Amino acid sequence: MTSVTMTVNGKKMSGEVEGRTLLVQFLREAQGLTGTHVGCDTSQCGACVVHVDGVAVKSCTMLAQEAAGAEVTTIEGMANPDGSLGVIQQAFQDHHGLQCGFCTPGMVMSAADLLKTNADPSETEIREYLEGNICRCTGYHNIVKSIQAAAATLRG
Amino acid sequence: MPKDHDGIGASTKRREDVRFLSGAGRYTDDINLRGQAYAYFLRSSVAHGNLTSIDTAEAEAMPGVVRIFTAKDFEGVGGLPCGWQVTDRFGQPMKEPGHPVLATGKVRHVGDPIAVVVAESLAEAKDAAEAIMVDIDELPAVIDMKAAVAGGAPLVHDDVENNLCYDWGFVEENREAVDAAIRGAHHVTTLELVNNRLVANPMEPRVAVGDYDRTTGEHTLYTTSQNPHVIRLLMGAFVLGIPEHKLRVVAPDVGGGFGTKIFHYAEEAFCTFAAKAVNRPVKWTCDRSEAFITDCHGRDHVTKIELALDAEGKFLALRTDTLANMGAYLSTFAPSVPTWLHGTLMAGNYTTPLVYVNVKAVFTNTVPVDAYRGAGRPEATFQLERVIDKAARELGIDPIELRRRNFIKPEQFPYQTPVAVVYDTGNYHATMDKLVEIADVAGFPARRAASEAKGKLRGLGIAHYIEACGIAPSQLVGQLGARAGLYESATVRVNATGSISVYTGSHSHGQGHETTFPQVVAEMLGIDATQVDIVHGDTSKIPMGMGTYGSRSIAVGGTAMVKATEKIIAKAKKIAAHLMEAAETDVELAGGQFSVKGTDKSIAWGDVCLAAYVPHNYPLESIEPGLEETAFYDPSNFTYPSGGYACEVEVDPDTGKVEILAFSAADDFGNVINPMIVSGQVHGGIAQGIGQALLEQAVYDENGQLLTGSYMDYAMPRADDVPMYAVDHSCVTPCTHNPLGVKGCGEAGAIGSPPAVVNAVVDALAARGVTHIDMPLTPARVWAAMNAAG
Ligand code: FES
Ligand code: FES
Repeated sequence: MTSVTMTVNGKKMSGEVEGRTLLVQFLREAQGLTGTHVGCDTSQCGACVVHVDGVAVKSCTMLAQEAAGAEVTTIEGMANPDGSLGVIQQAFQDHHGLQCGFCTPGMVMSAADLLKTNADPSETEIREYLEGNICRCTGYHNIVKSIQAAAATLRG
Repeated sequence: MPKDHDGIGASTKRREDVRFLSGAGRYTDDINLRGQAYAYFLRSSVAHGNLTSIDTAEAEAMPGVVRIFTAKDFEGVGGLPCGWQVTDRFGQPMKEPGHPVLATGKVRHVGDPIAVVVAESLAEAKDAAEAIMVDIDELPAVIDMKAAVAGGAPLVHDDVENNLCYDWGFVEENREAVDAAIRGAHHVTTLELVNNRLVANPMEPRVAVGDYDRTTGEHTLYTTSQNPHVIRLLMGAFVLGIPEHKLRVVAPDVGGGFGTKIFHYAEEAFCTFAAKAVNRPVKWTCDRSEAFITDCHGRDHVTKIELALDAEGKFLALRTDTLANMGAYLSTFAPSVPTWLHGTLMAGNYTTPLVYVNVKAVFTNTVPVDAYRGAGRPEATFQLERVIDKAARELGIDPIELRRRNFIKPEQFPYQTPVAVVYDTGNYHATMDKLVEIADVAGFPARRAASEAKGKLRGLGIAHYIEACGIAPSQLVGQLGARAGLYESATVRVNATGSISVYTGSHSHGQGHETTFPQVVAEMLGIDATQVDIVHGDTSKIPMGMGTYGSRSIAVGGTAMVKATEKIIAKAKKIAAHLMEAAETDVELAGGQFSVKGTDKSIAWGDVCLAAYVPHNYPLESIEPGLEETAFYDPSNFTYPSGGYACEVEVDPDTGKVEILAFSAADDFGNVINPMIVSGQVHGGIAQGIGQALLEQAVYDENGQLLTGSYMDYAMPRADDVPMYAVDHSCVTPCTHNPLGVKGCGEAGAIGSPPAVVNAVVDALAARGVTHIDMPLTPARVWAAMNAAG
């Protein structure tokens, strides 16, 4: 067991981890941040996407120790300071971009990553970017619309 | 049209989204109980074999191990029950071999559980499982269905001859008449096809957490289920012998189901049982790879269909023969899927007078197969809509025109089909007209020419489906072999201030009931929907209910809620009449106000509710205080959504790659509560249908190893595999036998889309002599078909 510390959603968090402990396990099990989900064991589905030092990462594919000292943002850190939904989250609600909600945290985190580098993505760019995020419920139509709407709002 | 309020017909935004979008959903794996231990299942890595010994001694001494369980711990415990008994065409019951919680004597598929380690941590449980010594005398496996029933194949169950579960004929009395009609017909179109084996793959893997309270003797199971009461019934009564009042089953937020979370699984029984045995909570979380070899699979039919037509293209008779895979054991509803959920839909939207359906259900050394989105109805629609397309081409009739010539006409409803069911209402000409409009069928030749100009082959595929939803009239399904009733329940609890909690037996795992059900109650009472909440998914709170599958929630669960609300209104009117000193028959309810007809007397909804709980001025001699009502609703018929689907594809002649350029759906769901949510259901269904048509297939090798056991090998539809969809549900023929006039929309997309996609690809390649390609239409298959035929 090793002690690891990182900043998650602006708060310092520490815990004892084994060498094999994954970042997603640290977040879900040690810190109780259960918004980040696990949908597969082959790094394919994207339900586990978080941001580590500003970059979207599949937290099932990173060891907790590798994130030591990093700034981590999870879905729990995406709301506005007053607790209301952030722009991307709100766009998903407005455009029915989720059904069962299981893929949703990963979708929102991936969308946020995309919009950081591309303020006005085309439908094709959104679809290609989401290649690593599987949704079984929505058929993606409304996810694409949600991300386009969020992009428009963020562009102002 | 969306209205400017949040009642029926409004595209109200979903209230459940706030928690899901905030990471505050509460899925089963998010539940951790104090002192919980972790279960890990050691599973068979071979498809078939005799289990000769299991030695757990070394594993038991490993760090963190609490206890190791094998089949001998489950002596005296029942097996997993099957909820439907099919009677074969000779009047004999189906073969129903046992399905033990842990493999007993034999393993029958890769993934069959052999032993379970319960340990302090999951890592320790896995480590210990590796130290369990298992001896299996491997037997030859039987995987291919045709080989399984051909005679002389290895037997999955020693006492099931030829691996045949049942040989079912429907309608058996029509058999000879159908044969004669086909023999004498002007034209017969024949098609052999495969309905590919699929894995449902809800994004949330299954999880079970068992808990036991020694002081009260109460068991609690948290589980990823679409129907917690059904699990309580099956597990309590048939497996573990726990009476209902000592068994609570909770299905909290559930991350998608698509059928595969209907069934009662061994892991649920195990965690419930083990929590008592080790006297602490026991949690099991499924890995995705484990899900592939334990979640029930779907479809997996091999079919030959023949359609007889006269010279004008009128359908005269239909005959279909199917082999349906059951896998190694009978799952909860497996026998009903290829029979009653399949054969009864073989009339489709058409006036075909004679139909005969033969289905042989087959055991193989594969994971059990059961209902997956649509369950039987996609298999019926696929073969029917494919053979009609083929017939149209053979006879040189436009495929839309051929369907129109054979549609049941609007004035023919209610329509008695030759396959038992009576369609209450429908207008197939209207949905086909709407489809032709939104898919711009008229513009297709120009688009095809444009594709050809750039060297691509373009095709347009049409399908028109019917399904039976709102499952189901209990008396009818009881006669057909169901071992359960299929009603639904609702309790409407009005609080003293007028706010309302609705307790529904329906379960929401993506469908948005927390939003749509309140819309209905709010509309009936004329109050704001935010005044109404629903409670679902907990057997300790809700009256006995049957859960969500078969597009039944709004048609059956919604109707139960309407009936309970009607009782509330009747009682509230009595109270209002007393308070306003008027005759009860003169009291009206509108806009959340009770008023007396022809006067200006009125009283608000909230004041009546308060009077019910503070009955100072109240007719206590004639009615009880309080305002809470329960209704159970058992439908008198199925509902019959229908619709037209169109797919437009481009095929690359060099690579065989299919690209879907446009997809349109014109559905008749009857009345619609929330159009936004209904469209979303159709979108998701279409994506799953496109997945089946182009990408997905569970593949076993001849030894019974699942070759497509993860997302590396099983091709799930991703965002760039599918287009935007044009969906329309403005064609409405309200259901005639439920008060909301609703039919259900959850499965339609997955039913109508596979034949539309395949018809489109065949249309693109028809000039090259292609008449059929089996799903999934991978580039390799398309390229091979194109080049073999051409
Ligand atoms: S859980 Fe990380 S990619 Fe699936
Ligand atoms: S909303 Fe259910 S998986 Fe995407």
